[in-house]
Amino acid sequence: MAQRQISYREAVAEAIIEEMTRDDRVFLMGEDIAVVGGAFGATKGILAAFGEERVMDTPISETAIVGYAVGAAMTGLRPVVEIMRCDWMTICMDEIVNQAAKMRYFTAGRPEMAMVIRTATEGGIGLGAQHSQSFEAWFAHIPGLKVVMPSTPYDVKGLLKSAIRDPNPVIFMEPIILYGTSGPVPKEDYTIPLGQADVKREGKDATIVCWGAVTSRVMNAAKMLADEGIDTEVIDIRTIRPLDIEAILASVRKTGRLVVAHEANKTGGFGAEIVAQVQEKAFDHLDAPIQRVAANDVLIPINRNLELMVLPREEQVIAGVKAVL
Amino acid sequence: MELTKENLLDMYRQMVTIRLFEQNLMHYAGEGHVPGTGHVSIGEEAIAVGACRALAPQDYIISTHRAHGHLIARGTHIPTMLAEVFGKATGCTGGKGGSMHLSDFDRNILGTNGIVGGGINIAGGVGLTIKMKKTDQVSVCFFGDGASNRGVFHEGFNLASLWKIPVVYICTNNQYAMTLPLCKNCANQDISARATAYDMPGLRVDGTDVIAVYEAVSGALERARQGGGPSLIEIIAFRLQGHSMRMDAMPDGSSYRPEGEIADWWDNKDPIKIFREKLYGLGYLDDEVAATLEAAAKKDIDEATEFALNSPEPKPESIYEWIYA
Repeated sequence: MAQRQISYREAVAEAIIEEMTRDDRVFLMGEDIAVVGGAFGATKGILAAFGEERVMDTPISETAIVGYAVGAAMTGLRPVVEIMRCDWMTICMDEIVNQAAKMRYFTAGRPEMAMVIRTATEGGIGLGAQHSQSFEAWFAHIPGLKVVMPSTPYDVKGLLKSAIRDPNPVIFMEPIILYGTSGPVPKEDYTIPLGQADVKREGKDATIVCWGAVTSRVMNAAKMLADEGIDTEVIDIRTIRPLDIEAILASVRKTGRLVVAHEANKTGGFGAEIVAQVQEKAFDHLDAPIQRVAANDVLIPINRNLELMVLPREEQVIAGVKAVL
Repeated sequence: MELTKENLLDMYRQMVTIRLFEQNLMHYAGEGHVPGTGHVSIGEEAIAVGACRALAPQDYIISTHRAHGHLIARGTHIPTMLAEVFGKATGCTGGKGGSMHLSDFDRNILGTNGIVGGGINIAGGVGLTIKMKKTDQVSVCFFGDGASNRGVFHEGFNLASLWKIPVVYICTNNQYAMTLPLCKNCANQDISARATAYDMPGLRVDGTDVIAVYEAVSGALERARQGGGPSLIEIIAFRLQGHSMRMDAMPDGSSYRPEGEIADWWDNKDPIKIFREKLYGLGYLDDEVAATLEAAAKKDIDEATEFALNSPEPKPESIYEWIYA
């Protein structure tokens, strides 16, 4: 029997419904998440299943959404909140960075801080420069936070369930362009541990490390390179913090060549951290300078052709791989 | 509840204890025993004692950077608290949080906060837990006039009132936000009036009158416990010291405050002096009883100081403690 296929957004909702069924401390808050089921449809049906006591539409108040989640988590609940767009996480950075991330430290580890902040991230659908950014590098910089960005429906279900069960604050980033994509997702309960990379394709000539929406383009590029006889290994890190650096190092020791691809802007992007760690820990295994493939250091334009130019595509990935060979 | 003679005398002892704790702290800060800084509440003791006396044991407190009084009035172990402020291993977070990050989970004090207004939304979330679990508790949030001008005040207040969250907001208006006087901070200097905008009661209370504070907070707690939602109590206070132990004056050493203000406030607005006179007037206090209570307070502070001074430094490996991501 063929495996069941569902969309990324359906996988998000399924993970939440399973966890809310399993644990009555889990509840949802966010803008337009209840009645309409989320601006991108990822919480559809949850209000009907659990009622308004556990699925709450909020005013447009990002600091209150995250700040209230901190207080609720400190007193034993497990909020899963949504900040509609990653760009707007800037509005509640105090609540994320100074409060959520530090609360266990300031209280000698006393309360659990089990809270998940879900957010739609990255671009590709013409929403422009305040609705297309991806700040995983900022969050990864903060001790006390976990940062996750799944690239498939299978991964998003398993990782979101792990994030909800984690006793620490988790920034859970869902690439906006992936919501409508489908893939095989088991109906039964399963989890994927946070901090575990996925080797999506084995190869011997070069390693491509990626995450988020660019992952599918990297896989396309790998197939195109294979047609030319270039055999790449593709690793989707899936969790930004904690980073599965061992998986990356193991691959680099094998291939000796590395390309890091992500959709956020290049300068100060999380790719730079991976490059730094690899040269610190596996310099002797490298046969060529590491290449980064990322968005140009510009703002994201709404024009379709311009946006496609800015965001990394198959061509840039292929060029990156050829530069390290 | 009517306050008995014993209650009132105990409240007087607590106010004196807070005063001595902070005067002692200023002395030891001058001797180099306090890393960084601390914010004393000298002149504001009636607010801590009046408010905390009104709380039930199960109620929660979320507080600010100026919180020593709130903890002492709630019965926190003073040696542990002073050791924390001194940065010692025996402190409540092993000497890593200090004066701005105190907590006492045994007494439901979920934390003080180094960010002005940082607790306002957290207190709302604590109240949300109470509401969702349907427990007989109230979340009490201390903040200051400075915090009332932050966006979190608006977001947190609106949501708490909208959802009828059991919170009591206590705004200690000490008339200065760091160095800037109220008239240069607030377009409407009546902060309690803002409650109207959020459809909640707003009260204004004299912060030199510990009984008035007790009565106002008792009323707001009762309202919250009955499901009536949040209240704002603005308590006018008189900050008799600088903003912090590091920031007491202009860079050249001169005062940023009007000439004679501090002396006038010491003469006419010192809540301990005012309460002592009241207790004498009631015939509850005489020189002998006062001396006994003050000696008891001094003994507590002396013992705490001895403990803090003799406590060990934190171990180097403790820097990793209570960070889980």
